[in-house]
Amino acid sequence: MCNSVIQVEVIIPTQTKYLDLIGSIGEHIAKELDDYSGDREALAYHLNLVLTEATVNAIKHANFGNPKDTVRVSIHIHENELNIKVYDHGQGFDLESVPLPDFEHPQEGGMGIFFIRTLMDSVTYTRQGDCNVLEIIKYLS
Amino acid sequence: MNLTLQKTNGCTVLFIKEERIDAHNSAELKGTILRLIEQGQINIIVQLEQVRFIDSSGLGALLSGHKNAAAKSGKLVITNLQQQVLSMFELTRLNRIFEIYADLNEAFDNET
Repeated sequence: MCNSVIQVEVIIPTQTKYLDLIGSIGEHIAKELDDYSGDREALAYHLNLVLTEATVNAIKHANFGNPKDTVRVSIHIHENELNIKVYDHGQGFDLESVPLPDFEHPQEGGMGIFFIRTLMDSVTYTRQGDCNVLEIIKYLS
Repeated sequence: MNLTLQKTNGCTVLFIKEERIDAHNSAELKGTILRLIEQGQINIIVQLEQVRFIDSSGLGALLSGHKNAAAKSGKLVITNLQQQVLSMFELTRLNRIFEIYADLNEAFDNET
């Protein structure tokens, strides 16, 4: 696989049974990258995890009033930048207000955004038209 | 969720027969562990040998079990972590909260 341009677009219903599919796509992409010199197994796990967490987040914030609501996931690799965008149609949330986990007194929730922030290089959540977009960037060099 | 239970040496061993624990099946895992604790099975070993992927909700389900077992003076420990799964416990510092053993023998040696 040539790293110069890879573009994958997936649209799924807002159901958690599709998390494996989305995560697996990230894992496969990591394993096929030609020029990645880091720990490929770790990158594969991290992309699986980040895509899983981002998709769960979108499902959680989805518009449950609409049974036909969907989550769109776009994965784009251009040269050494891997860009993930996850689109939801819900009310959105304030990414900046999500606190770090309390490591001394860990709670059941709140680790998903921590994983995305820790394992990737940039995370933003913005409103674009009728969607919210969680945009995640990982530099592969 | 595909799992099996086995009672050994006063402990309940929960063998997770899934490669993946994520938000699709973690609520079921959490519920299974809570039911065991409510039934008085408060010393639980979760064997994760087949699990090659865990997300934040899976860690949360195990953490819930750990807290609920401790609240009844019991204990939930985990064994047989694959390297990438262990690294998630390390990243979240949950390796400081859970007792993690290489295998069931090591867990039995320390817990019974």
